[in-house]
Amino acid sequence: MKFLVCISNVPDTTTKITFTPDNKEFNKAGVQFVINPWDEYALTRAIELKEAAGSGTVTVLNVGEADTEPNIRKALAIGADDAIRVNAAPTDAYFVAEQIAAIAKEGAYDVILMGKESIDYNGFQVHGMVGEMLGIPTVAPAMKLDLSGNTATLEREIEGGKEIVTVNTPFVASCQQPMCEPRIPNMRGIMTARTKPLKVVPAVGEPARTQVQEYALPPKKQGVKLIDAENAGELIKLLRNEAKVI
Amino acid sequence: MSVLVVVECADGEVKKSSLEVASYGAQVAAQLGTTATAIAVGEANEANLAKLGEQGIAKVLYDAEPRLKDFVNNAYTKLIATAAEQEQAKVIVLANSNIGAAVGSRLSVRLKASLATNVVELPKTDGGQFVVKRGAFSGKAFSDVVLSGDRKIIAVKKNSTEAQHEAGKTAEVASFSAQLSDADFADAPKQVVMQDQAGGVLLPEAERVVSGGRGMKGPENWNLIEDLAKALGAATACSKPVSDVDWRPHHEHVGQTGITVSPNLYIACGISGAIQHLAGVNSSKVIVVINKDPEAPFFKAADYGIVGDVFDVLPKLTAAVKALN
Ligand SMILES: Cc1cc2nc3c(=O)[nH]c(=O)nc-3n(C[C@H](O)[C@H](O)[C@H](O)COP(=O)(O)OP(=O)(O)OC[C@H]3O[C@@H](n4cnc5c(N)ncnc54)[C@H](O)[C@@H]3O)c2cc1C
Repeated sequence: MKFLVCISNVPDTTTKITFTPDNKEFNKAGVQFVINPWDEYALTRAIELKEAAGSGTVTVLNVGEADTEPNIRKALAIGADDAIRVNAAPTDAYFVAEQIAAIAKEGAYDVILMGKESIDYNGFQVHGMVGEMLGIPTVAPAMKLDLSGNTATLEREIEGGKEIVTVNTPFVASCQQPMCEPRIPNMRGIMTARTKPLKVVPAVGEPARTQVQEYALPPKKQGVKLIDAENAGELIKLLRNEAKVI
Repeated sequence: MSVLVVVECADGEVKKSSLEVASYGAQVAAQLGTTATAIAVGEANEANLAKLGEQGIAKVLYDAEPRLKDFVNNAYTKLIATAAEQEQAKVIVLANSNIGAAVGSRLSVRLKASLATNVVELPKTDGGQFVVKRGAFSGKAFSDVVLSGDRKIIAVKKNSTEAQHEAGKTAEVASFSAQLSDADFADAPKQVVMQDQAGGVLLPEAERVVSGGRGMKGPENWNLIEDLAKALGAATACSKPVSDVDWRPHHEHVGQTGITVSPNLYIACGISGAIQHLAGVNSSKVIVVINKDPEAPFFKAADYGIVGDVFDVLPKLTAAVKALN
């Protein structure tokens, strides 16, 4: 089975978000970038399934400029076999999906996995776009994934429950908890990752369909109004009469 | 030219988030000088569909094919795309739900449309541009996004827009068929398992949420959370470590790697307020924090707070709510 796992490079989850003075771009200065947390589920599950089958390959794919390579190497250290970087700034979900679809088509991958969304752009879009571009099923968001021959059984989250879905390869799934326990690289993995192949290819396709005009931070909170614990019931009156939420 | 609204139904009822979307779509249509048509998906009741007139919908298309009761990605995509072509829809509005995201992203490729998800306000359409405001960086920021091209798809974040309501108005309900074939149902779910929801309130759609963290000490104490939730008609939720150790099921876990909620009221009990937790709840309208540590970071994000022991405070709150009713 050939797995293609798409990873994005995102600001560390604890990052304080700021923008360039014209508010047109995220301010990267001093920010640590990590593999998107949702993508770690996709990566680990692909490696687990490959290991369980005793054969197959896991290729990681990132659309990004050279500064994403440390996280691509980290994915290799976790256990992917090789990597592809499409050398372009990821401008919007459509553009990224086009790159993934082109690579997926060329490499004839059986299973294409990615995270549910990236924690910076929060698009929740790429999975469906890739599935539609390739004309194959998408299961999003998936909480469980098992393979038996060419048939996959997935649990898909729905509001208030889950569905059991079976699809044949090739397919796309976007992953989320509790699919697996994401792995962290060990020393041996880090050493071998250095020699694993990382191919850099140019971008293809059309330009982005959406452009960010401006970023803004949410309005600042007024500050907390504290209520004495002895008099806790007072809170309920405030929620009814002042905040008007009950 | 029209606006097409995708309305999700379950057990005959229109979902709350879809009432918001219907009203949003009707307002966009008014802005563009046209009318809003809805396409209903899921198991709908025609009388409830007609009531979408109250949200400003002129006409509702409904395909009563029984296999469309549960979500089938390929079939839903084809159904909505066919309706969009029939209605010559320039703008398609869906809920930013699991269905909306799964089908909206496929539709954007099929219909060559630009797509914005997580949208929190009506678009700005003056000056020839089409600009939407959407949440970004896990609720830590917003971005104004220009949607280019002839056709746009908007997925509206739950509970971020108010559903307008004009009593007594009705929409025409028209039967509709996208001529679906067996092949369109190849990815149909084999089984649908609904989870128990405390008090019957669905967390992703809830207007009020009572949530517990590791400070609740163990699953045996969750009756305190449930009692308050029941009195308030709220859903229950939890922090990630709580679901990691199985005190509560995964589907109650909110935050960056869990569910994102934006209720009118979020009550956090014994939760520290780590940035990853806040990412899933910081767009709640009013946040209440109960924590015995006055330095807990959550107080910085809160509107109301009680520095105190949850085991002492929660029963008092529940009693006070009961006294109101
Ligand atoms: C990549 C990543 C993603 C993550 N995603 C999420 C996520 O989606 N959601 C999430 O929640 N977390 C997430 N986390 C974990 C997050 O960083 C915190 O560890 C977690 O939110 C802490 O949960 P907690 O507040 O319940 O527990 P704790 O940090 O243990 O805090 C418990 C709190 O309870 C208070 N307390 C204790 N006893 C009492 C009492 N009797 N009365 C009142 N207060 C009391 C304490 O003062 C403390 O503030 C993520 C972490 C990472 C690294």
